[in-house]
Amino acid sequence: MAKKQLRIALRNCGVIDPERIEEYIERDGYLALGKVLTELSPEAAIEIIKKSGLRGRGGGGFSTGLKWDITRRVKADQKYVVCNADEGDPGAFMDRSVLEGDPHSVIEAMAINGYCTGASKGLVYIRAEYPLAIERLKIAMKQASEWGFLGTNILGTGFNFEIEIRYGAGAFVCGEETALIHSMEGLRGEPTVKPPFPSESGYLEKPTNVNNVETYANVPVIINKGWEWFAGIGTEKSKGTKVFALAGKINKVGLIEVPMGTTLREVIFEIGGGLQDGATFKAVQTGGPSGGCLMEKHLDIPIDYDNLIAAGSMMGSGGMIVMDDANCMVSIAKFYLEFTVEESCGKCSPCRIGNKRLFELLEKITGGNGTPEDLDKLRNLSHVIKDTSLCGLGQTSPNPVLSTLENFYEEYREHVFDKKCRSSVCKSLMMYIIDAEKCIGCTLCARNCPVNAITGERKLAHYIDPEKCIKCGACMEKCKFGAIFIN
Amino acid sequence: MTRITSLKDLQRLRDDLKAQTSARSDKANPDSIIQVKVAMATCGIASGARPVMDYMKEELEKRNIHALVTQTGCMCYCYAEPTIEVTIPGKEPVVFGFVTTKKADEIIERYIRKGETVEGIIARDYETIDSK
Amino acid sequence: MWRMYGEMQIRRNFYQLMRRDEMEMIHLTIDGKPVTAEKGTTILKAASTVGVDIPTLCYFELRDLGIENKPGGCRICVVEVEGRRNLAPACTTKVENGMVVNTHNIRVLNARRTVLELILSDHPAECLTCAKNGNCELQSMAQQLGVRELPYTGEQSTYRKDTSPAIIRDVDKCIMCRRCEMMCNEVQTVGALSAVNRGFMAVVAPAFEMNLEKSTCTYCGQCVSVCPTGALTEVDHSRNVINALADPTKTVVVQTAPAVRAALGEEFGLAPGTLVTGKMAAALRRLGFNYVFDTDFAADLTIMEEGSELLDRLSRYLKGDKTVKLPMLTSCCPGWVNFFEHYFPELRDIPSTAKSPQQMFGPIAKEYFAKKLGIDRKNMIVVSIMPCLAKKYECQREEFKVNGDPDVNYSLSTRELAHLIKSANIDFDSLPEEGFDNPMGESTGASVIFGTTGGVIEAACRTAYELYTGKKLKKVDFKELRGFENIRHATIDFDGLPIKIGIAHGLGNARKLLEDIKEGRNQFHAIEIMACPGGCIGGGGQPYHHGDSEILKQRAAALYREDEGKAIRKSHENPFIIELYKEFLGKPLGEKSHHLLHTKYFDKSAGVFVEE
Repeated sequence: MAKKQLRIALRNCGVIDPERIEEYIERDGYLALGKVLTELSPEAAIEIIKKSGLRGRGGGGFSTGLKWDITRRVKADQKYVVCNADEGDPGAFMDRSVLEGDPHSVIEAMAINGYCTGASKGLVYIRAEYPLAIERLKIAMKQASEWGFLGTNILGTGFNFEIEIRYGAGAFVCGEETALIHSMEGLRGEPTVKPPFPSESGYLEKPTNVNNVETYANVPVIINKGWEWFAGIGTEKSKGTKVFALAGKINKVGLIEVPMGTTLREVIFEIGGGLQDGATFKAVQTGGPSGGCLMEKHLDIPIDYDNLIAAGSMMGSGGMIVMDDANCMVSIAKFYLEFTVEESCGKCSPCRIGNKRLFELLEKITGGNGTPEDLDKLRNLSHVIKDTSLCGLGQTSPNPVLSTLENFYEEYREHVFDKKCRSSVCKSLMMYIIDAEKCIGCTLCARNCPVNAITGERKLAHYIDPEKCIKCGACMEKCKFGAIFIN
Repeated sequence: MTRITSLKDLQRLRDDLKAQTSARSDKANPDSIIQVKVAMATCGIASGARPVMDYMKEELEKRNIHALVTQTGCMCYCYAEPTIEVTIPGKEPVVFGFVTTKKADEIIERYIRKGETVEGIIARDYETIDSK
Repeated sequence: MWRMYGEMQIRRNFYQLMRRDEMEMIHLTIDGKPVTAEKGTTILKAASTVGVDIPTLCYFELRDLGIENKPGGCRICVVEVEGRRNLAPACTTKVENGMVVNTHNIRVLNARRTVLELILSDHPAECLTCAKNGNCELQSMAQQLGVRELPYTGEQSTYRKDTSPAIIRDVDKCIMCRRCEMMCNEVQTVGALSAVNRGFMAVVAPAFEMNLEKSTCTYCGQCVSVCPTGALTEVDHSRNVINALADPTKTVVVQTAPAVRAALGEEFGLAPGTLVTGKMAAALRRLGFNYVFDTDFAADLTIMEEGSELLDRLSRYLKGDKTVKLPMLTSCCPGWVNFFEHYFPELRDIPSTAKSPQQMFGPIAKEYFAKKLGIDRKNMIVVSIMPCLAKKYECQREEFKVNGDPDVNYSLSTRELAHLIKSANIDFDSLPEEGFDNPMGESTGASVIFGTTGGVIEAACRTAYELYTGKKLKKVDFKELRGFENIRHATIDFDGLPIKIGIAHGLGNARKLLEDIKEGRNQFHAIEIMACPGGCIGGGGQPYHHGDSEILKQRAAALYREDEGKAIRKSHENPFIIELYKEFLGKPLGEKSHHLLHTKYFDKSAGVFVEE
């Protein structure tokens, strides 16, 4: 059977010793840089990237070649290329894996990027929470300088290129390129209105090309194997592969890299080995906190940038969380909103206050106090936040709410109208009840109740006072007769 | 350290390095050697890869098995960390998951020494850029 | 991963780059109306040319002063640009050819209203007792958009209230418009305020949320003058003044600064630039002040001292004295004094040692006038009416107290005076024009123009010229020193001796000028610096201009009008000043003057971050 995965970005991860440049060179390392510097003009090299169809793996999906071309065309005395290694999506760690497993591929691609755009300086913006990635990157940078792949007159071609590391403090919004640039400048990490785009005026107001780690990791392979090879993989508009961090209620949690066009079903059930303990699939969340929750009917969609957006989610940086019946979708939306409330920079009002209000509405609903009007408010507020926020964070933060409203509206209805949480996640909506038929009156539950909510005579059926019950579940755990259930 | 000053030099170096590596895995070559790679990314280390690597190094030496133990990045089998890859000259590399020092002992004694099958093998489930 | 590029936007931008410089005029449609605008114009400005008024909240501009705030943060001005996925902020989005913009369709109205409802949901509903009640831009916006209830309610972000000697930060009311931050950092380069915290708790505050008093704040009050809400306001001393007025054992003396008379009328509905000197004096008398004096008198005194100091330094310099410090910097602006004490302590022997007019008035009132009246200085309360908030701090400085008794007890802003007049049920408009009391009410035209940028140095030139050359000026107007340009240079001919003058208003411009001097890029004999853009007429205590720079121009024009209308226009010709020197002070820079009218400056560069 043909294997479903194809490792391009991860080609060297788990294969080479990331601290030995010889192993990278042995696997054609720095050959692409050599080829570009020796045999190609910047225009010709950009043309290869353009034709390959490579799109930004950070989530936006903008054409990498076109981005390089724009930066190249702007005239300036100094330009910069930046590697965005501020991986902030909860659950996504492919960038860290690339930097820890194959740091030279990023260095090589940045140098190629520098040559193509006319930049002699590269900056890696990496979160300080990635100490091992930073250490390995530093080792790789030192080796690359010693071996002549960084510094002056690289490979005897007269091309000069240096890389510096800048540390991020882990703010999610600093993955947004204007916020990232402000953070590197020592300013508050918050975005500014585009245009001007960084390609015109970025770091220190110089033209700046920002690409993500995974995007860079693809570049040397495209140069070495040719754009035709790369463009032969994937779907019509999304070429190559994408790395996903497969997580949640799935058997084989891990990083996977699949050609664009692979279906969600193949990823979850073939590569991921299906759900844990044979549980029933309920939803898959893609695109991190800005993505959406897709359901059974979406499983046969071939994964690419456009299809996921059409389905109401997005590619994002490649988080993929699989959920089963035990996941309450309203709570899932609330979980992501809590993240965006925490990570909003606070600059624009809809994101600063709107997301907080969205979160509070979801708290109200999961707390059993939701009203039918709250459902309308959720929808209107979500649309306004998307429509009016300044940067991509706010423009996508309501996606988890909107996609669950769309795909799992019944669950919202149950929370609001029936005051029920079918997954028994929302404590306020749960009621522990003793089945009088099954209860033999052993008193074990009453003795274990921390708030004395259970009463009953010995050998007679017991009763739980819902007013006193704190829903800790201790009684159900102790009952040897399965007499306690949740309604 | 070699400073590479041209594309030609780089290609030559690459070819030399490739030849060395294939010689290392070539059973017929008297200098061939058993190779062990331990996935030592943050996730692997957090799951206990470091003691496994130390154990492998020490024990292989103690037991007079000529082997090269190196670190590598994430093998991407997060569910099965720590993971190691063992290549015996003349054989295909084999990846083991859930490796503890106890498991490592079993791998040394049964797979490396005796060539027996040991449980916990993870089949490679991906194509490489060379095979595609 | 949400690092989303609007692909269309960048494409369009890309093509724009290719065509740069080819096209100057842009044609677009706004609300169905064809609009032609210069390339680079924002939708907001283009719309205003065809009578389409797009509401704004965080946006702020002082045209001609080069001051603009457009973080694109409040999102009130969002409009629909056809073909774009999201709504665009009109204040920052530039016009493009063929653009079709809808500023008031249902999508926009719903979004704009919802955004405002959100802002209001995180704002204390304390309008009735808020210092900004009636002058609040958020309040007006709620009124304009007709918000009657808040559909989205929840937790409000709350913070510690911070009271400094001059400014109160009640940032529960902060809406993150960032105007204060722009003023403090970009215009004033003081760097006391910037955004802190993240998300819902994001707010503008001094570093580490320390108290303003511990920061590098100069109390220039420009943050207060641009704050759209009640988040930043002045410390109100009117209650103290009322108490003093009600105390029969106290003789309450009031002085009014030059710039107040050109702006106070605005609070009573009069056109900007209406001079209300006479009505103001009448109102103060009605309020019960025992003596209504004029800071202008003290301004003339300042010119005597400062002008003499300049001449002294100049003549010593010309004689070859190498220890002389030049240029001499003016020192009548307390915000500026605070600024150089924080940022240029090494230059603190350059400014004139002459006290500001407010602080010259104090000791003359308490050491000279009180004695004349035969009362103890402790029983005299000196109140100043100032266009300024830094004056509140200045009068509290330890060096301006005698045995704990301040030379000037309370400093009220123009706005506080207006409130006092209103609360006393005085019909300002129908008041008669009255004069000031004597001896400290007489002033010259020179002192009046202290209130606008360039005025102090012009006043000094009028006196210094005549004292230095011994000749009468043919023309007292030095038009080359006037204007609103940020930094101005002029050379004045002192009868063959060219005197190089520099002028800066706004602390950022002052910084530039000082750095030029430090680097030796420019040389001057004398420099006038005012902390506030426009000088005192644009002071932090003046009626709110809400970003209308025309108001500032009218106020300046009014002061020059009053100067022209004065019989005496040179400080050294003020008969009461001549009398004061004869009777009490002796001569300028004399022993008594030195004791009462001169001060020293402190190095505040260290210890800013040190907690007590």
